[in-house]
Amino acid sequence: MMKATIVTAPTSTNGDAVFQRICRASAFLIGILMLGIMLSLIMGAWPALQHFGFEFFTSAQWNPVTEEFGALNALYGTIISSVIAVALALPISIGIAVFLSELCPQNWSRPIYIGIELLAAVPSIIYGMWGLFVFAPWFSQGFQLWAGQHLAGLPLIGGMFQGPPMGVGLLTAGIILAFMILPILTSLIKEALSTLPNVLREASYGIGATQFEVIVHVLLPAIKGPIFGALILALGRALGETMAITFVIGGAQSISSSLFMPATSIAATIAEQFNEATGALQISSLIGLGLVLFMITFIVMGVARILLRRSAQQ
Amino acid sequence: MTRRQFKNHVFKGLCVAATALGIGILLLILMTLFQKGFAGMNWALFSEVTPGPGGEGGLANAIVGSLIMTSLGIVIAAPIGVMAGTWLAEYGRNSKTADLIRFLNGMLMSAPSILIGLFVYEMVVVFMGHFSGWAGAIALAVIALPVIISATEEMLKLVPTSLREAGAGLGASRWRVTFSLSYRAVGTGIVTGILLAIARISGETAPLLFTALNSSFMTINPNEPMANLPVTIYKFAMSPYESWNQLAWSGALLITLAILALNIASRILPGLNKRRAS
Repeated sequence: MMKATIVTAPTSTNGDAVFQRICRASAFLIGILMLGIMLSLIMGAWPALQHFGFEFFTSAQWNPVTEEFGALNALYGTIISSVIAVALALPISIGIAVFLSELCPQNWSRPIYIGIELLAAVPSIIYGMWGLFVFAPWFSQGFQLWAGQHLAGLPLIGGMFQGPPMGVGLLTAGIILAFMILPILTSLIKEALSTLPNVLREASYGIGATQFEVIVHVLLPAIKGPIFGALILALGRALGETMAITFVIGGAQSISSSLFMPATSIAATIAEQFNEATGALQISSLIGLGLVLFMITFIVMGVARILLRRSAQQ
Repeated sequence: MTRRQFKNHVFKGLCVAATALGIGILLLILMTLFQKGFAGMNWALFSEVTPGPGGEGGLANAIVGSLIMTSLGIVIAAPIGVMAGTWLAEYGRNSKTADLIRFLNGMLMSAPSILIGLFVYEMVVVFMGHFSGWAGAIALAVIALPVIISATEEMLKLVPTSLREAGAGLGASRWRVTFSLSYRAVGTGIVTGILLAIARISGETAPLLFTALNSSFMTINPNEPMANLPVTIYKFAMSPYESWNQLAWSGALLITLAILALNIASRILPGLNKRRAS
């Protein structure tokens, strides 16, 4: 395939300059695209921002009939579901990474790791369908029923587990998201573990430490930085996830203290309402939500990248 | 057994359990897809267009639409991506500009895909005045682009400097070195990156929702709204009609198998090349 592109004309410095220019233009296109995305979101959101002012970000109203729009409901659902996802996925992915790089026999490690990586290849919409039709019914009959009987009465955390066991809702969205960010977290943590010098392990085992002691007291503390970076990166992924969340979050424009209640996220609101939007103000408000999402993910991802780069340099 | 040994065993057990959970989820999802999707796997799925509510039919128009838009997207993204990656690896290297572009490329790669959809909606759909296959293809291209760029750059960085120096020593100009030596040396790696980009975009739903929209007709004209598998699956899965739900599961099985195959192919490909070379 590559052979066909080889130009057989005599080499000339002219061709060199032309090729370099085309390549540079292609690379600069990325900058133009990022700028374009930001500008188009700001321009699209402008009418809504002008109409509602700063209240757009703080209002929990979302009513297409009275044309009142605020981002708070969606923002709340986005952040809480992502935080749940990261909190659930972190210990599991540390477990997997430790198993693959420290405990498991070498020739088993690769096929298992490929399996985990394939989890990242499964499209978002498949997670959504599976979450809604398989996981949610099972979850409502199992954990939600149990939690309703045993956890809902507890002080402090009880409120988080109240409400009917519907299956869909904020917690379900967080759990499905956790499955989705598992591969990226695992691969970053595994990579960090593999950069540690073997001397560290040999020294610790040499003084008679068990595997648990070596891993928990020596290895994991040594990669605290990269783990934190990976965590922020996974958070950024979770914030922007669309289709899976649209299926399982329940699509309710409300804020509830219970994690079992349906909620919504920024991406899910856009996906559900954009094509059905009736007025220009609703379209503009939806693009405004997009702008909020863009800013959050940009900041979170920027921080993650800087953290990961810094720990890679050390 | 001492306390320390006990703790050690519990810890190892938990790590095994975490791994089993990860693999278990993958197997559960695949099992569900086969269980629910396999029943609808018949010839009609590929030969008939999507039916009206409650009717019988297939996914032919959605499959064709997805193939067209994915191909167009890759045809747009691949040359630009490979050249941009070439610039980063061969010309820009450690300059401040290259660093900035690398950073922005990473940001674009992790930008929520629904925002790409909004962007293309405003740039292409509003401009053209209607939804179209082109808009869908462009949205997919924007998503594929950063994947291809970073794969190309990573691969070209593996080319040893001595190889480039050898080429230059023979009097070849820089672009000649790039084409005849660098691309040849890591061509398979770049193709692998493109395969992964195809896998990435063929399941994307969010950016197609308001660019390509959907269609119940067979069309190969990208100037019109175009049927596609992901949006059809979304619409059919959420509907109350049983025949639509069945088609959604069959489509889901189809798309997942295609993507997993692409992923596995992209893992086998570099290995094959190595074996041939040795």
